Amino acid sequence: MKNFFLIFQKELRSYFNSPIAFVVITIFLIISGYFFYNIFATFSTISFQAMTNAILARQYGQLNITEMVVRPFFANISLFMLIMLPMLTMRIFSEEKKSGTIELLLTYPVKDSEVILGKFAGCMGIFTIMILLTLPCIFLIELFGEPELGVVVSGYVGLFCMGAAFISLGIFASSVTENQIVAAVVSFGFLLIFFMMGYSAGFASESIGDVLKYLSFMPHMYNSFAKGVLDTEDIMYYMLFTLFCIFLNMRSLESKRWRG
Amino acid sequence: MIEVENLTKKYGNARGINDVTFTVEKGEILGFLGPNGAGKTTTMRIITCFMPATSGKARVAGFDVFEDSLEVRKRIGYLPESVPLYTDMQVPVYLEFVGGLKGVDRREIKSRVGQVMDDCGLNGVAKKFIGELSKGYRQRVGLAQALINDPEVLILDEPTIGLDPKQIIEIRSLIKGLGGRRTVILSTHILPEVSMTCQRVIIINEGRLVAVDTPQNLTAQLQRSQQFIVRIGGPEKEVLSEVGKINTVSKVAVKESGADGINSYMVEFKKDSDGGKDIPPVIVRKNWALYEMRPIGMSLEDIFIKLVTEEKIH
Repeated sequence: MKNFFLIFQKELRSYFNSPIAFVVITIFLIISGYFFYNIFATFSTISFQAMTNAILARQYGQLNITEMVVRPFFANISLFMLIMLPMLTMRIFSEEKKSGTIELLLTYPVKDSEVILGKFAGCMGIFTIMILLTLPCIFLIELFGEPELGVVVSGYVGLFCMGAAFISLGIFASSVTENQIVAAVVSFGFLLIFFMMGYSAGFASESIGDVLKYLSFMPHMYNSFAKGVLDTEDIMYYMLFTLFCIFLNMRSLESKRWRG
Repeated sequence: MIEVENLTKKYGNARGINDVTFTVEKGEILGFLGPNGAGKTTTMRIITCFMPATSGKARVAGFDVFEDSLEVRKRIGYLPESVPLYTDMQVPVYLEFVGGLKGVDRREIKSRVGQVMDDCGLNGVAKKFIGELSKGYRQRVGLAQALINDPEVLILDEPTIGLDPKQIIEIRSLIKGLGGRRTVILSTHILPEVSMTCQRVIIINEGRLVAVDTPQNLTAQLQRSQQFIVRIGGPEKEVLSEVGKINTVSKVAVKESGADGINSYMVEFKKDSDGGKDIPPVIVRKNWALYEMRPIGMSLEDIFIKLVTEEKIH
């Protein structure tokens, strides 16, 4: 437990000792802020039009700020995470492998699981800071409208679960190569495939389609967390995904030992 | 303290080390010699639990490196050849991190870091990031992290490589001072280093053990006869014939002819004779001048080359 904490602390510190954390968080916030502005501005334009024009208002149906601003907001952030998180995770093991520090780390009296979980937690720390910094957007919605706070909470829980899955896969990708670019490309590629896996469900047979849909990240975000539904099925999905990646990661470290 | 039995490591079909067996006593400084790619690093990596052996056993302080890996790792300080350090950390912060991982008590860690930084001469760079340090200072930080938990066993892979002569002397005396309390394995291909710091030498070549002994014994075993370089001022022909007459001398030859009739001669004595003392009386009797007289011992270099090349002929 002590070792886990030491590695967690060291990971967090090394993100802030290099520009990585600042750059990734800043760019992430700029993009999500920009998209948020556009969603919000569109919504207010539509609302304004609906207010002055009764025919248009009937066409639009119900104008719901939770449905039209909060939900797309979370959907967008999950998409930016797909691009940004591989940038955070790519260095975690590959940098240690390249510089050789892994040789020292693995000869300290530390268990492999403590190393992996410590690094995972360090990255989750940065990620948590990153998504919590999007809270001002929610305050702005709160200021000008009345969003349902339950949806906001479940949205953040969803982002957190999804982030854990993304990060665990990214760290695993980083543990199989000593090249950071390869790690980033591999994790981005696999995340994108998992993200869009349900896409081909319509062309497959019904049973395979169901499996594909279930394995895809997207339905476990948009149809549940982003709508305010906290379903154990979705939480379990992300937890199992994360645990599986951490398990693979431990095997990959062990195989690294055997191969030398 | 360290027992290695029939250790073999294969990398695919390539062989790392083959059937290596040796023991190191507590408090001993053991030199590990061998050309590049001989298997020094492989052996060290197995002892430090970085990777398991293909077959054979290694034990440190009675604990098997594979079965009780964590126990072994608690007792070892390791400095790999490339001195891998986290360049984005400050020196004391890094040492505190390593100390914590190696089980140094939280209350003692600050004083322990201070002491190790004193020992390794790191106080001047306490504010700097490791990435800013020169090679010599990084080497010291590497040594400091190996020493942080006061380990019983120290494994140092080429610890003086890349240092300037003054630093080399400092590091060597530091390592020498570590012996006695700690067991040290030191790999190098700088041969004088071994004769200066180590009590025992292991020579390894192409993954196999070639020799294990003290540097003195190795020299004695392989040296067939005693040789002296003598510089004498006197007529060359006469010197050759007079010195040749001494009955313990087996061979005299001019090594270098100098100006003014002062020549260097190579005098070889018969085996097991203490011939050196027979030369000065002859020179005094003939009233020649003696400028220099020194024995040529067989250096570790010669032994090394001899063993390693003999090995190839087999």
